[in-house]
Amino acid sequence: MAQTVFAPWEDSQEKPLIEFVNVTKRFGDFTAIDNLSQKIYAREFFALLGPSGCGKTTMMRMLAGFETPSEGKILLAGQDIGAVPPNKRAVNMMFQSYALFPHLSVWDNIAFGLKREGMAKDKIAARVDEMLRLTRLEKFARRKPHQISGGQRQRVALARSLAKAPKLLLLDEPLGALDKKLRQETQFELMDIQESTGTTFVIVTHDQEEAMTVASRVAVMDHGRIVQVATPDVIYEAPNSVYVADFIGDVNLISGKASTRKAAPASQSKPAPQPAKPAEPTSPSPSDERRPQPNAMGEWLHDRVLEPVLGKRDPNTPAPIVEQVTAAEPQPVSAPPEIPAGGLAITWSPDHPPLIASNASETFGGADVVLALRPEKLNISTTKPDAPNVLRGKVIDIAYLGNISTYHVQLDNGTMVKAQIANTRRVSRRQITWEDEVWLSFTTTAGVVLEQGT
Amino acid sequence: MRRFSWFNATSLTLGFAFLYLPMIILVVYSFNSSRLVTVWAGFSTKWYGELLQNEDFLQAAWVTLKVAFFASTLATVLGTLAAYVLVRGGRFAGRTLFSGMIYAPLVMPEVITGLSLLLLFIGIGLDRGILTVILAHTTFAMCYVSVVVSSRLVSFDHSLEEAALDLGCSPFEAFRLVTLPIIAPAVISGWLLAFTLSLDDLVIASFTTGPGATTLPIKVFSAVRLGVSPEINALSTILIAIVTVGVITTSLISKRAAVRQAKEERAAERST
Repeated sequence: MAQTVFAPWEDSQEKPLIEFVNVTKRFGDFTAIDNLSQKIYAREFFALLGPSGCGKTTMMRMLAGFETPSEGKILLAGQDIGAVPPNKRAVNMMFQSYALFPHLSVWDNIAFGLKREGMAKDKIAARVDEMLRLTRLEKFARRKPHQISGGQRQRVALARSLAKAPKLLLLDEPLGALDKKLRQETQFELMDIQESTGTTFVIVTHDQEEAMTVASRVAVMDHGRIVQVATPDVIYEAPNSVYVADFIGDVNLISGKASTRKAAPASQSKPAPQPAKPAEPTSPSPSDERRPQPNAMGEWLHDRVLEPVLGKRDPNTPAPIVEQVTAAEPQPVSAPPEIPAGGLAITWSPDHPPLIASNASETFGGADVVLALRPEKLNISTTKPDAPNVLRGKVIDIAYLGNISTYHVQLDNGTMVKAQIANTRRVSRRQITWEDEVWLSFTTTAGVVLEQGT
Repeated sequence: MRRFSWFNATSLTLGFAFLYLPMIILVVYSFNSSRLVTVWAGFSTKWYGELLQNEDFLQAAWVTLKVAFFASTLATVLGTLAAYVLVRGGRFAGRTLFSGMIYAPLVMPEVITGLSLLLLFIGIGLDRGILTVILAHTTFAMCYVSVVVSSRLVSFDHSLEEAALDLGCSPFEAFRLVTLPIIAPAVISGWLLAFTLSLDDLVIASFTTGPGATTLPIKVFSAVRLGVSPEINALSTILIAIVTVGVITTSLISKRAAVRQAKEERAAERST
């Protein structure tokens, strides 16, 4: 992977394609977008992710020109497009309902925008044929929208919105109407098409898996504001708030009081887990303790979900071999756990020892914090392992999902914690079952310490 | 299948007899050779022949067709525009009032509509004739068109228009190229409705008509006052035949189109 990582947002010289400058949008008393500023760069695949009513659709509709900002401005390639009507913008949109014209054939649907431009007939034909090839719809050119399947309709909608070669393509929940399998295939198609056409894509979705799969950057929104913008892996591994950690994926949130630990002589300044840098698997420097350490689950996740976006995982990244031990068969750790110095100790329950987070910023010392732990970062075993953070509990529920199992473990103080284990063994040999007493363990860098109430 | 029941059979027979017996009597007596309506004197088609000789009736039929054509066309244009603005125009002050007001003439007694139009035409000094009948019919048929078209527009996916704008259409082009073709069936049925309403209107036409603009309903009504003639039965039979053929044809065509569309949709889903 000699390819340079695509990250124009890190380059201060790069000019953004789109810039929201202090944009506010109000509908009557309701503020849909609240003083929002954001830059989106050319060739990006930018995802707006959030629950319904968070303002993501309003942002998209302002880009398309169907809504005008109440305050602030939106720049497209440096030009304020606030007052430009939708038919005069170099922006096209793919609608959630696809909005195919039912009275026109697939071919005419795709040609529709080109005809409005007054393009020559033969050029239109060439362009439409190119789009049909790109979306593999050649066979269906003469059909009407009701004569093709949902997946094909989705591709017609995409072809139609791409036909005019817009600077920016907006996708409003583009895969919402497809079933799961087709949706996954289509996600990869979308990424291929985005790459081969070099168009900037902005996608609106409430499906976090979809956003993580396709996007180069994900913006998590809430109440008209962007809470965090980062690459999918940073959003997942280093969320900047409890909201983001909770919204993306499964997470165990443990609230407690932080106290600083003695700093290590060698490693000093550990910044807060801000997504200042995407945790690309490019620099395998062991001193970079801020970065989440890879474990078996993380690697699995990378291979399955992130690889198409970020490229292959560097196998040289020092993966702690110890963690690849599956839960079912705990092996005694050969050496006593090396607890790195520094970071925080989080006192959270009289029944359990404080949790150690060596990757946390010391500025949290004395504050009320939340430790966000992804279920797959926890190990589960029937004997007490030799690990820096160990919690004892009882298995209440097991959700068997085929490739993985989620164990719902009730700790001694009543807290429910989820642990996720890859099922590398056949079911019949699974050793942990309901009501079993188990130990959950995790490393000192497995969690992310977040300020409470964020 | 439900079992046969005497109750169902009886209510069905009674209901349909109630609906169709008068018409059947009318059709049968149009083939009566006697001039007396109530006495059957054998089968004959002579009243149809005489009807075709009757200049007055033919003249009135021609006037009625002209009035119905122009009035329904004008009403369709105005009614469609009104429906579009009321459904799509966004929220403007008094929108609810306007939507209510467009439906009000539907429930207004025709006598009042006719009388008020008559007063208006006299007031502005417009000579009564075919033009005033056309205008009057446009006025009341327009609300029906607007009701039919707006019910289609309400269920119309707004994003289709947005997609047209997004692809470079001006708002008018979007209406012409996307909205209108899609709502065309509703517009056509609105036109047909207006056409039939205008064809059989007696009250408003008699208020607003003038010399040389006698429509068929007026003609029939005044003829019947002198006694029902078999010619009128013949005329009514022809009208019934035209309406029946029209209704059956349109319903067959639309039914077939719906069946074909459903079939094609199923085929498309299977072929994925």
